[in-house]
Amino acid sequence: MKVRPLQYIALLGVAAIFLGPLYWLVSTALKQPAEIYQWPPAWWPDKLTWENFSLAWQAAPFDRFFINSTIITVIGTALKVANAVLTAYAFAYLRFPFKKILFLLVLGAMMVPGHVTLLPNYLTVASLGWINTYAGLIIPGIGSAFATFLMRQHFLTLPSEVTDAAAVDGAGHLRTLWRVVLPMSQPMLITVVVITAVEEWNNFVWPLIVTNTAEMRTLPVGLLILKDEEGLANWGTIMAGTLLVLAPMLLIFLVAQRYIVGGITQGALKG
Amino acid sequence: MTALDLPVRTHPDERPQVAASNQKRSRRRREYGLFALLVAPNLLVIAVFAYWPIIYNAFLSLTDWNMIAARPTFVGLSNYTRTLTDPAFHKTLGITIAFTGLIVAGSLVIGLALALLFNLPLKGRSVVRTISFAPHILSGAAVATIWLFIFDPGYGLMRALIEPFGAEPPDWMNNSDWALPGLVIVYLWKNVGFTALIYLAGLQGLPKELDEAAAIDGAGSWTRFRAIKLPLLAPITFFLLITTVIGTFQAFDVIAVMTGGGPGDATTTLSWSIYNEGFQAFNAGRAATLSIIMFVILLIVTTVQARVMERRVHYR
Repeated sequence: MKVRPLQYIALLGVAAIFLGPLYWLVSTALKQPAEIYQWPPAWWPDKLTWENFSLAWQAAPFDRFFINSTIITVIGTALKVANAVLTAYAFAYLRFPFKKILFLLVLGAMMVPGHVTLLPNYLTVASLGWINTYAGLIIPGIGSAFATFLMRQHFLTLPSEVTDAAAVDGAGHLRTLWRVVLPMSQPMLITVVVITAVEEWNNFVWPLIVTNTAEMRTLPVGLLILKDEEGLANWGTIMAGTLLVLAPMLLIFLVAQRYIVGGITQGALKG
Repeated sequence: MTALDLPVRTHPDERPQVAASNQKRSRRRREYGLFALLVAPNLLVIAVFAYWPIIYNAFLSLTDWNMIAARPTFVGLSNYTRTLTDPAFHKTLGITIAFTGLIVAGSLVIGLALALLFNLPLKGRSVVRTISFAPHILSGAAVATIWLFIFDPGYGLMRALIEPFGAEPPDWMNNSDWALPGLVIVYLWKNVGFTALIYLAGLQGLPKELDEAAAIDGAGSWTRFRAIKLPLLAPITFFLLITTVIGTFQAFDVIAVMTGGGPGDATTTLSWSIYNEGFQAFNAGRAATLSIIMFVILLIVTTVQARVMERRVHYR
């Protein structure tokens, strides 16, 4: 095999472009203030410190943000995936009049840009009395079109002998779903769960407009508050807060990377 | 079997069959019921929070309302005539198109270049591919704060990259010439890994025979790329074009954290002005009008996509 020095240099360059900012983030969060504000910059922290994290914690209630983000991500993901699985099962295995039109109605939701729905949804949530509540944060987002589509496509690829056999054995539909169909769909289910959880965790504009007290803010919105409060005078604190927002998703990405990649390419190439 | 058989129906032996058809009917009814039960929650949320907003927006766009008064005042089409003739709106639309155009062109070109690199038999390529994709799943708000620091003219990473060339680093986010390009850089950093991933999947799905045959005929790698790979990737390019346009039109979190539409109105895109009119100026009629305009633009984009995809399917 011939050596390709130029191509390896390009590959290293690409790695540096994408890793550089993340390294800059982590190293700044662990630096002492004096080291952040020196030029030329310190490429390696002289002395590691957790001080920035406690400063971020003092400047904004990050524990509340963290709890809120966790609650919204866990419950929101559970409800949305449940919707996707149940709807997909119904459309794949059950009879119903005008089923095709109903399915188009579900898929049609993908044509509605989320940003366009912000104002009406805010007013709807306000008239339900859900402003600044978990219900208001979670419920509007649990309708599922794309994940339903992915799950249904997958269910249709399962061999019908298996579900037929379950029916002959006297298993009801919900039992068949739980005992036969879902276990056979595990990789797709994990993909859908991970992609949904990432979206819920990163969601920014909806929590921004539907909450109005610090106790109900989520991490990404809290970051905006931290930035506005600290001005741009204290990068160490802001980078520590940023790292708190990113770390859980980076961890999930490292663990479940292949499921995310698989789901996204599948959605793109088949959709 | 004729009318002679009719009386037999009363024969006791026939009863199980009647019972069976009754059972079938009730089983079908139960199946319908279960379907409705399983689908209802999802359809309800979709109806209330995805379809109803379009109707509600259309109604609000015909009114003037500060969201405090008891009810909106009907003003006819005046929101539309005012918006469409407003120079500020024209500027917003221009900024949105420039922003979208730069990001679409950048992510397609860079994404394809990365995909070609990741497709070479290099050691460590899949690790670098994964690294380049990671920013795609990270919070936009968090990515924005990282880049705010990188763009900091005093102590940011960009200063270290620019100064060696003897240039003065700009005050990116406070300079109306540099803020928009700065945002474009951040969005590209966040999203080219995704484009590259899709292109790579496309490249790996191409038939090898054509490329090999062309190589035997003496076609160089650039010719093979331009004459074979690029045309075969056209459907993927088209898909990425549409999804990137739709995503970029709605870009919000990075703008909100980095510039807030500023300085002045230098980065006020359509998505920012919907938020600004609705949730900072509390002008529901204007925000709804802008929402309907965005909806129509993106509906045209998706309809074109659907048409072209359909033709492609027929073509095959």
